[in-house]
Amino acid sequence: MRTKDLVATAISNTFRSKLRTTLTVLAIFVGAFTLTLTNAVGAGVSQYVDAQVGALGAPDVFIITQASDATTAGDGPVKYNAGSSASVSSQQGPPGTTTKALTDTDLTKIADTAGIVSVDPIRSVQPDYIEYGTGTQYEFSINATSAVTTADLTAGAQLDGSASEAQLVLPDTFVTPLGFASADDAVGASVSIGITDILGEQHTVNATIVGVSLESLLAAGAGANDALIAELADAQSGGIETAVTSYGVAVAHFDKALSADAVTALKADLATEGYTANTIEDQLGAVQTVINGIVGVLNAFAVIALIAAAFGIINTLLMSVQERTREIGLMKAMGMSGGKVYTLFSLEAIVIGFLGSAIGAGVAIGLGSALSAVLSQGLLSGLPGLNILLFEPTSVAFVILLVMLIAFLSGTLPAQRAAKQNPIESLRYE
Amino acid sequence: MDSQWVIDAQGLEKSYGSGASRFDALKGVSVQIAPGETLAIVGKSGSGKSTLMHLLALLDEPDEGTLQVAGRDAKSLSKCAVNGLRNKEFGFVFQQFFLTPNVSVLDNVILPLKIAGMGGKERRKRGMEVLEQLELADKAGNKATTLSGGQKQRVVIGRALVNAPRVIFADEPTGNLDTATGAVVEDILFELNRSQGITLVIVTHDEDLAARCDRQIYIRDGLVVSQTTSTHTGLTHTGAHALVTPEALSTAGGAE
Repeated sequence: MRTKDLVATAISNTFRSKLRTTLTVLAIFVGAFTLTLTNAVGAGVSQYVDAQVGALGAPDVFIITQASDATTAGDGPVKYNAGSSASVSSQQGPPGTTTKALTDTDLTKIADTAGIVSVDPIRSVQPDYIEYGTGTQYEFSINATSAVTTADLTAGAQLDGSASEAQLVLPDTFVTPLGFASADDAVGASVSIGITDILGEQHTVNATIVGVSLESLLAAGAGANDALIAELADAQSGGIETAVTSYGVAVAHFDKALSADAVTALKADLATEGYTANTIEDQLGAVQTVINGIVGVLNAFAVIALIAAAFGIINTLLMSVQERTREIGLMKAMGMSGGKVYTLFSLEAIVIGFLGSAIGAGVAIGLGSALSAVLSQGLLSGLPGLNILLFEPTSVAFVILLVMLIAFLSGTLPAQRAAKQNPIESLRYE
Repeated sequence: MDSQWVIDAQGLEKSYGSGASRFDALKGVSVQIAPGETLAIVGKSGSGKSTLMHLLALLDEPDEGTLQVAGRDAKSLSKCAVNGLRNKEFGFVFQQFFLTPNVSVLDNVILPLKIAGMGGKERRKRGMEVLEQLELADKAGNKATTLSGGQKQRVVIGRALVNAPRVIFADEPTGNLDTATGAVVEDILFELNRSQGITLVIVTHDEDLAARCDRQIYIRDGLVVSQTTSTHTGLTHTGAHALVTPEALSTAGGAE
């Protein structure tokens, strides 16, 4: 039998018992529909996170903190040591833990580590307001790590870390209130930022808007380059050397030419000296891992639905083999080989699998796209740039192929039964 | 070559089951079938006549004994070769029709050609030829289930005939039909033997049908109890070869 004839026969056989085929296809439909949707959620959220945090911050940057304190319950209090016990704990650690701060000594030590090009402490500044011209003043905050991340821009350019000019990336929610006609209009404008020093006196610092960013989940506030942060910090200190020599976090640039292995080695070096070094990618990885975990659980449910559907396929085909005993016997008597009979029934299983998965994926894409559009206008409008369901052609194709594979495997048992049938037994009259 | 196309069975034995439930269907049967002859295997139900036909048609393997087809030992043939043999050289007619319901008459008839891997156009052409020969051309597009019993059996004969076989094995071909329709079906089978030289092996318990064949083998309890040769055609079974004209042979040989 030619392959073409086998496929055509399999397809026409599938439609011979319409109700039974329809019900089996429905079962597969549910699984394929769910799997397509969960995959799309995973892809959509991942893409959003990539754009948000990732937008791939500088790839040659470590975020460095002191390694988590060894103080654990039961060890008792640690003796004070003026050299090593840093004065403050920072707010950078996870809730419930304390992270020792970095001192200038630490910074020097980090800077001296082979492979580190430069190290800068992150200085947090608390501006009071932002104002454009003589308009209304709005409360305002600056994201301390903005100098090392890349903003999700709607207009303008990224911050220039080496520029001596004070630069600002404005969140797009500020554009209209500050009196700009559009995001593009805001780019290039000079705004003044108010800040109160430690003596209670208010100062104003001018900055140029170089870009407008979408509000981000993971980095709230405006972006400021090193020059602006320095200027604000100076204003904040009120010209007094406050001797603040401890920082929660430092940013270290390492040699761009380092390989991934060398970066890992460098991290290990820093770890032995008592520092935790993370690249932006590492931090991103943590978020991605959580999302992948959630999507994985959802996928598992979809796969369970598919396994249930697989039993449906087995049942359908076994009934079909039973019903068509005579036909199979006749075909074998007429010289059809067991292998061809096996192929025929496997193809029927695959056809059922393809029908269910193609319809399931198709409906999921249709419904999902509509739902995604509605959600991004309504419930999820607070998260601009989030496309909750992202249908990637490769993952849809993967779902269809996976279901066809499951269908093929389910068809194995019935197909084997059909292939092994003895033509004489099948053709008995009783 | 065609004159050598003999099915030669020696001492066939076949049993089913084991122990107390062991049933010896055949206890040593030898039979030779010459090209172009018509042979009736006659016996009551349970006599082993169907088992003998299954062995002769290579649908089953004997426990003991040898079977040679065209000079080759069936045991030495590969599975694939046996399938090919059944597909190209044999045609089957059963008491029950075994037509695929909800499939057209033409598609039922061309099933062996489809299994053989013949192209779509070619096999439809050949299928229509056979249906015309059996005066069923106008039913080609009908579903098999809509036909009468006699028409169905003619479709079955068409299916057995479509691959231009050398031998047609018929197991109770008229058992399911009324006398008049049965007679028509018999006429068609014997006409095929006469005009195309197709060897007929008919399993039956119907004495009248058996008498129309050149030769009869009577089977009881797994053994051949007697053999007779009809003289009504004025031919013995050895003389049957003479009936096969060279033209008829080339038609039959077209199955290659």
